[in-house]
Amino acid sequence: MSDTTKEFGGTGPSHQGVEIGVAAFMALLALVGIYGSLKVGIGWGAEGPKAGFFPFYVSLAVIIASAVNLAKIFATADGELFASWSQLKLVLAVVIPTAIYVAAIPYLGIYVASAILIIAFMRWLGRYPWIYAVGVGALVPFLTFLMFELWFLVPLPKGPFEKFLGY
Amino acid sequence: MLEDIGNLIHGFAVVVQPFNLLLMVVGIVLGVIVGVLPGLGGANGVAILLPLTFSMSPTSAIIMLSCIYWGALFGGAITSILFNIPGEPWSVATTFDGYPMAQQGRAGEALTAAFTSSFVGALFAVVMITLVAPMVAGFALRFGPAEIFSVYFLAFCSFVGLSKEPPFKTVASMMLGFGLGAVGLDQVTGQLRLTFGVEQMLNGFDFLIAVIGLFGIGEILLTMEEGLSFRGSPAKLNLKVVFQTWKELPRYWLLSLRSCLIGCWMGISPAGATPASFMSYGIAKRISKNGHKFGTGQIEGVVAPETAAHAAGTSALLPMISLGVPGSPTAAVLLGGLLIWGLQPGPLLFTEQKDFVWGLIASMYMGNIVGLLIVLTCVPLFAAILRIPFSVIAPVILVFCAIGAYTVHNNTFDVVMMLVFGIAGYFMKKCNYPLAPMVLAIVLGDKAEEAFRQSLLSSQGRLGVFWSNGLVSTIMALGLIALFWPIIQAGWERMRGRPAGLRAAE
Repeated sequence: MSDTTKEFGGTGPSHQGVEIGVAAFMALLALVGIYGSLKVGIGWGAEGPKAGFFPFYVSLAVIIASAVNLAKIFATADGELFASWSQLKLVLAVVIPTAIYVAAIPYLGIYVASAILIIAFMRWLGRYPWIYAVGVGALVPFLTFLMFELWFLVPLPKGPFEKFLGY
Repeated sequence: MLEDIGNLIHGFAVVVQPFNLLLMVVGIVLGVIVGVLPGLGGANGVAILLPLTFSMSPTSAIIMLSCIYWGALFGGAITSILFNIPGEPWSVATTFDGYPMAQQGRAGEALTAAFTSSFVGALFAVVMITLVAPMVAGFALRFGPAEIFSVYFLAFCSFVGLSKEPPFKTVASMMLGFGLGAVGLDQVTGQLRLTFGVEQMLNGFDFLIAVIGLFGIGEILLTMEEGLSFRGSPAKLNLKVVFQTWKELPRYWLLSLRSCLIGCWMGISPAGATPASFMSYGIAKRISKNGHKFGTGQIEGVVAPETAAHAAGTSALLPMISLGVPGSPTAAVLLGGLLIWGLQPGPLLFTEQKDFVWGLIASMYMGNIVGLLIVLTCVPLFAAILRIPFSVIAPVILVFCAIGAYTVHNNTFDVVMMLVFGIAGYFMKKCNYPLAPMVLAIVLGDKAEEAFRQSLLSSQGRLGVFWSNGLVSTIMALGLIALFWPIIQAGWERMRGRPAGLRAAE
């Protein structure tokens, strides 16, 4: 991502910069794909085309398409903003807690982690009083527990808290 | 033909069992909620709720899941008209005239028109499916690998040629999807590929995870960025308004019929409901004598896109049940469900799983009738859901997405992948890369590759096998036409001396 300052309407990364990043990232993934395909062979084997045949040409298509996309980005530089920093801050305010949540699931179990996520989200982003946040945060995992574990018999990851309760 | 009618009646008998009727109502209600909430849509709503059906019979499961889909289609209209926020991409065109109508105090009229035309569109498409699907399936039974590959080719080419997004972005997104789908075990040789020794990649990327991440998490991030402020019109819908509007609607029968046809055509080709609704709106605007007033609250401006969107959303299931090629991301998720329940999608369904197929078709009829009744009576309830602030809804949706992702394989690593797909989806959406072709490519990658390699094997590597007989050549040629459609259209209009900018789809 490249940073450009604009004369009007707040600042943020330029749309062009992000577009370049996305196209380059796709091409990079495709390069990895080509490398992996070459390792298993892209030619003709005993059972027809080898395992790497299809992913090789598919990756090649991604690279060609990304090259065209990159060329188009440079042709149409308009200095548009991708998003303002304050908008990106809001996006990060979701991404970071979600990342922590996802990382915590194997250790805390999904129910406790979910309760913490909802409470934290409502308390700090929604500025709700503790009582509402804790109420919703406790109710949603509880109902989920009833629905999945008891009614539909689908087990979800559980942690020390559930073990303590005897599940 | 007569046999089909008998099967359909048998299907109705399955559907009206109390348990299935209950699932239908539950499905519709969940679907409308999913359609109303930002960040949840038909595709990932169905993906998240898919695990709940693992213990059901396939017929009951498909009834519930397809009803979620109908519900989502209905739900999109509520938010478009009352809040000017399209709950689903295919309801964007509905906001153009629906929201002005609501501002003028004609919300009830707009909602009734939207629901009724949705119903008409869906019904038209279901009748079409009932008549056409068995024939298509019977025809497709004779397909060899080359023909099967040509059908996939046609499906993916239509994406490139017909979608609104830049063609090379569609290609990049689609091919990346094929690449992701190829990771893991190679179906033909049984060899591992592209795993680079990472244990978690042995099973490849599951498209359900991709759907939940790309459409669910990605959508929440987008909504967050826009910062939601709801200023909705009051949702009142009394019977008098409903009947008054119904009296008025038959006047627009020609418009409805045209929108149905557009919707069915766009739904079968995987272009989907969104372009269908825009196209129908655009054409209605050009043809109607009130065309210049469109955008100020014309009822025709609600009827046209809603009819087409529903017809397209419903007919997207035709290629899914008859050929095994889904016409939309939601249809793809339903197809994934079939695989999980142990059914092999494709033309054989019609001969081997009669109960299932006809149960599904019967549930399309019943589901839309039940759906119409539910949305007409419960609009204020659903509108109330939208008034719940996003800072409460967002974490709850995140939790459901995580549960949905986990339950696909009972694997916490999948939840991590969901977040990765979510962030990728945010950037792709912002940069105008279409997500649907990527998802369909992940789903169909294995099958398309298998068909491709089997065809090449039988021809000893000569690509001529895809032009070896009339049938396969025709389908491949159609695919190429779809692929280069924008160029063909531009050339055609230049020849007729019209500027290319006057295209109806815009």
